[in-house]
Amino acid sequence: MSITDVERSQPAKHRLQVIDCDIHPAMTSWTEVHPFLEKRWIEHLTIYGSHLRHAFSEALSHPRMSPDAARVDAYPEEGGPPGSSLKLMQKQHLDPNRVEIGMLIPLRWNPGSQRNLDFGAALTRAMNTWQVERWVRQEPRLRASVLVTQEDTASAVAEIDARGGDHNFTQILILPRTDEPLGRRRYWPIFEAAIRNDLPITVHVGGTGGHPSAAGGWPSYYMEEHHMVAQAMQAVVASLVFEGVFERFPKLRVVIMEGGLGWIPSLSGRMDKHWNRLRSEVPHVKRPPSEYVREHVWFTTQPMEETGSSATLLDLFERIGWDRLLFATDYPHWDYDDPRTAFKANLTETQRHQLLHANARKFYGLDA
Amino acid sequence: MTRHVVATVDQIPPGARMLVTVDGREIGIFNVGGEFFGIGNRCPHNGASLCRGRSVGLVEASEPGSYQLSRRGELVRCPWHGWEFDLRTGKSWCEPDRTRVRSYDLKVEPGSVFTEGPLRAETFPVSIEKHYVVLDV
Repeated sequence: MSITDVERSQPAKHRLQVIDCDIHPAMTSWTEVHPFLEKRWIEHLTIYGSHLRHAFSEALSHPRMSPDAARVDAYPEEGGPPGSSLKLMQKQHLDPNRVEIGMLIPLRWNPGSQRNLDFGAALTRAMNTWQVERWVRQEPRLRASVLVTQEDTASAVAEIDARGGDHNFTQILILPRTDEPLGRRRYWPIFEAAIRNDLPITVHVGGTGGHPSAAGGWPSYYMEEHHMVAQAMQAVVASLVFEGVFERFPKLRVVIMEGGLGWIPSLSGRMDKHWNRLRSEVPHVKRPPSEYVREHVWFTTQPMEETGSSATLLDLFERIGWDRLLFATDYPHWDYDDPRTAFKANLTETQRHQLLHANARKFYGLDA
Repeated sequence: MTRHVVATVDQIPPGARMLVTVDGREIGIFNVGGEFFGIGNRCPHNGASLCRGRSVGLVEASEPGSYQLSRRGELVRCPWHGWEFDLRTGKSWCEPDRTRVRSYDLKVEPGSVFTEGPLRAETFPVSIEKHYVVLDV
């Protein structure tokens, strides 16, 4: 197929300032992490390879609508997977979309769900350094996320403490479908470390923990599975609330990333309703659940809901809380949200600025 | 109606496409098995360039488990979110009335039409030996 190339790289018409909370960087190959990995683990990787907690090691559980779930136009000319070229990321995304700060969320290779916990720990260290050296130091607009061995709390805490004072990192990345629901006490040391280092816990959809992606079992189709991200995120939020995490850790801040938005008021409302009746089962949940959600949980906007009318979308934002919404594009993935067109609603300039920029700036303390 | 010579036929072989700009408008010219189609390049959903999308056929199912593929190459799938647009009409398959791009009439004309007849290609060097893709706006 021959394609006459087209530049969709002209700057936005109005001067948007954008903070993108979800950008997926990729390695061209495993060898890219070798410089940051101990020799012992390079040999392990070469001989035994990566072994995740779910089947089809290194594969996604469902074939995406395009390879690597990527935009078809995001393949670098020089080869390598989408997200592996900083040059293309700058040209195609950071520059034309006026991205002031972009948060890196490395998803593949999943150090957090390696079966071999020591390899996983070594890989978190290596990939955290990889993010800084390969990306942040090359492009000062980017920020890294602390990858952790979420099923091995001691290693996770050590890595959080090691990266805590480093302003190249803005958050701790956890993937949902953890071994147990995320609010369980085995994960509390991670939350303690997050607070100690003043970093939010960011839960991005996905995860290769081995649990089926839908509550009823493995779905047949990608499209079917794609809706289950909301289900997994509801499980995360409900667990954090009912296990009393926000009572125990009043300073904990959580970002739910790429989980959709429509379910949030519904979940909060249902939890409140049941709390009115069943509160005595969970006396440690001292306040209506929606209050904990409203105070402790932020949500990224992509994939933006397309509700069919401006009024319903504005109503949704109102019910979630305008100050809880953080803009994200998901570049270079196929369901990318463009800052110019993603919000199908009549936003005032102030509202647009708040969503695209101001909320994230405040939340991540980027002025500091 | 203005006619624009946008390409020679051999510049866009079957299965290929080309982006042209006519009067400031980006238009994708697609060759499907020798037939030429032109559609607006900007996806009405979120603005991606449709010329960067994959050409696909129409897959349908009369019932679960029974699939038919027809109209090979006659739809283009947006490179971002996968909206399918019918190259013949510019309409999206899922929301034909609401989400659509403009479609343009294209004709293939021999070079003699421009050198001998009333039509002239002002910005395109025309040779009598070749055939041209002509767009009516």
